[in-house]
Amino acid sequence: MLELITFSTLNGVLYGMLLFMMASGLTLIFSMMGVLNFAHASFYMIGAYFGFEISRRIGFWPGFFVAPVLVGVIGGLIERYGLRQVHRFGHVAELLFTFGLAFVIEELVNMIWGKLPVDYRVPPSLDFVAFRLFDTTYPAYRIFMLATAVAMFVFLLVILKRTRVGLIIQAALTHPNMVAMLGHNVPQVFMMVFGVGAGLAGLAGVIAGPALVTQPSMAALLGPILFVVIVVGGLGSLGGAFVASLLIGLVQTFAVAINVSLADAIGPSAASLFGELGRAPLAQIAPVLPYLLLVLVLIFRPRGLFGTRET
Amino acid sequence: MKKFAVTVAVAMGLTCGAAAAQETAKLAYIDPLSGGGASIGEVGLKHYQWLADQINAQGGLLGKKLEILPLDNKTNPQEAVVQAQKAIDAGARYITQGNGSSVAAALSDFVTKYNERNPGKEVLYFNYAAVDDALTNEKCSFWHFRWDASSSIKMAAMTNYLKGQPSVKKVYLINQDYSFGQGVRKLAVEMLKAKRPDIEIVGDELHPLLKITDFSPYVAKIKASGADSVITGNWGQDMALLLKAAADAGLQANWYTYYAGGAGGPTAIKQTGLADKVHDIVEGDPNTAIEAAQAKEAEFRKKYNIGIWYPRAVNEIRMFAQAVKEANSLDPKAVALKLEGMTADVFDGGKGTMRKDDHQFFQDMYLRSFGPLKAGQRFDEEGTGWGWTVKGKIASADTTVPTTCKMDRP
Repeated sequence: MLELITFSTLNGVLYGMLLFMMASGLTLIFSMMGVLNFAHASFYMIGAYFGFEISRRIGFWPGFFVAPVLVGVIGGLIERYGLRQVHRFGHVAELLFTFGLAFVIEELVNMIWGKLPVDYRVPPSLDFVAFRLFDTTYPAYRIFMLATAVAMFVFLLVILKRTRVGLIIQAALTHPNMVAMLGHNVPQVFMMVFGVGAGLAGLAGVIAGPALVTQPSMAALLGPILFVVIVVGGLGSLGGAFVASLLIGLVQTFAVAINVSLADAIGPSAASLFGELGRAPLAQIAPVLPYLLLVLVLIFRPRGLFGTRET
Repeated sequence: MKKFAVTVAVAMGLTCGAAAAQETAKLAYIDPLSGGGASIGEVGLKHYQWLADQINAQGGLLGKKLEILPLDNKTNPQEAVVQAQKAIDAGARYITQGNGSSVAAALSDFVTKYNERNPGKEVLYFNYAAVDDALTNEKCSFWHFRWDASSSIKMAAMTNYLKGQPSVKKVYLINQDYSFGQGVRKLAVEMLKAKRPDIEIVGDELHPLLKITDFSPYVAKIKASGADSVITGNWGQDMALLLKAAADAGLQANWYTYYAGGAGGPTAIKQTGLADKVHDIVEGDPNTAIEAAQAKEAEFRKKYNIGIWYPRAVNEIRMFAQAVKEANSLDPKAVALKLEGMTADVFDGGKGTMRKDDHQFFQDMYLRSFGPLKAGQRFDEEGTGWGWTVKGKIASADTTVPTTCKMDRP
């Protein structure tokens, strides 16, 4: 039991941190530009494929540094020459633009790398067992993923709280019009934030690619859950995104480990009351829990856990 | 480009259909050629085109060329029925399909009804991969023939192998939460109970279909259960991601799967380093096949750079040709009457029989494990340098499962 709890916690935290790497960029973009970027998870996928392509040519480490930058540049260009043109037609057009973009990116990946998963490997320098606990091993690569995510969180926090750029971004989160009135080039800030957000998602892809499977459906698998994270955490709140990511990571992981059903909790009458749902163990309904949380948060606390603005 | 070529081929097939109807025998290949299933569907199409070339090189069917008519059903039952109608309009009297039991059920139903309404213009349906037991039980049809082993045959073969493995004591079941996965789970529980009552089932998990990105929580649970073996019907990414999570956690269990050999599976197993711990159950294996089959395998790999995934497709086309010859007719009804009960040589060696009661093909099954190529093995998979090793051969007699089919014969 202790073993299950320990590893569920580790797995939950890791999954949560992975979510956070993507949600941090998404929440900044959403709160600044008002755009729910449907293509955000696609940058994560591009990051994984770029990482794969570079790692098989010159090695994992160059890919680790170069791929996120490339994805960031692509993100910036898309904002500058795509999203900004669409901006004048309002939020709905922007939403549809990112929605279409996600499909375009997926098809492009299909055409370039094919539909089968690619052979993206953990680098030999990280391919060893970090520690062994209760006879279960924990790979060093997962520790590395965790460390990268934490480092990125600290880096973002320092930028936002301690630099002048961060000051402007923070101001733009709550009072975008006022910031523009004060003479700051808000479109340029937008482009930068979009680029950095895409780059961070790319970084998440580079490090998640070898641990999970790098394939064209990877974006669609993670995309929806990101929206849950940013709404639960609160728009524009980095701390909120952090807490919500961990919360959702842990909830999903622990729910899988628990075999209790409604029938066990309130007796056999559950089956007659709830039908099939009464017999289903918690493990089986684990994937729907984050979305249940989303619905509840929207009803009872629309600004999320740490949000400063109403959704 | 490939898709374009297919479209052109389809368009040409349709326009030339009427004119060429007299010269060729058409077999409509109705499987996904776009969307998520396309990577599988394209490979299947290559099998059939290659097989048709061989038939035609030997003079065709009663002097007529066998022509494959590729039609895209997008893995959708309604679309498959539309395409089947199109195929019939283009002069096809034979249809083959494999991906998705829901699609297969719709096609079987359509063909049966069509034949009732159009006596003398019957259409035959050859199923090469849809494994739902219902197709040869309560939903069985005289016009449907299945060359793939049904889900229960696969489980019967697998449990027959496990019968001789005393080291297997604690089994964990993990399956996808939909009709097929639930079926596998039910069969495993029933058959293990009958054949190895001493085996303890320490876990019985259903997880959402194709939605899990990280299986670590599930693997932690398997580990905590103390299972020494895992049985799963998972396919696609659900198979690959599950194995990956298992390797990361250092889970040393043996895996008994239906589809670890599917597209991308070998690559994933090689990455995990689980040498000879992952097993699958198939109707043919290139490394132990007879000489003639190995030569064909090499030829196919050289031409398309993939292995023969569907030895059953070879059996299907060869038996089709033989039935045409024996009936001395291309009439589907005459061919069907020759096919049922037919015993024939199986591509990879041995004999197989098309059972008359339910039109299910029975053949030797092989339980294999995947690991580094051993001495004398010729074929690796997906360029990994690893290949399949046969661990156990289950004779076709030991895979015979009862049927509840009450067939309406014309």
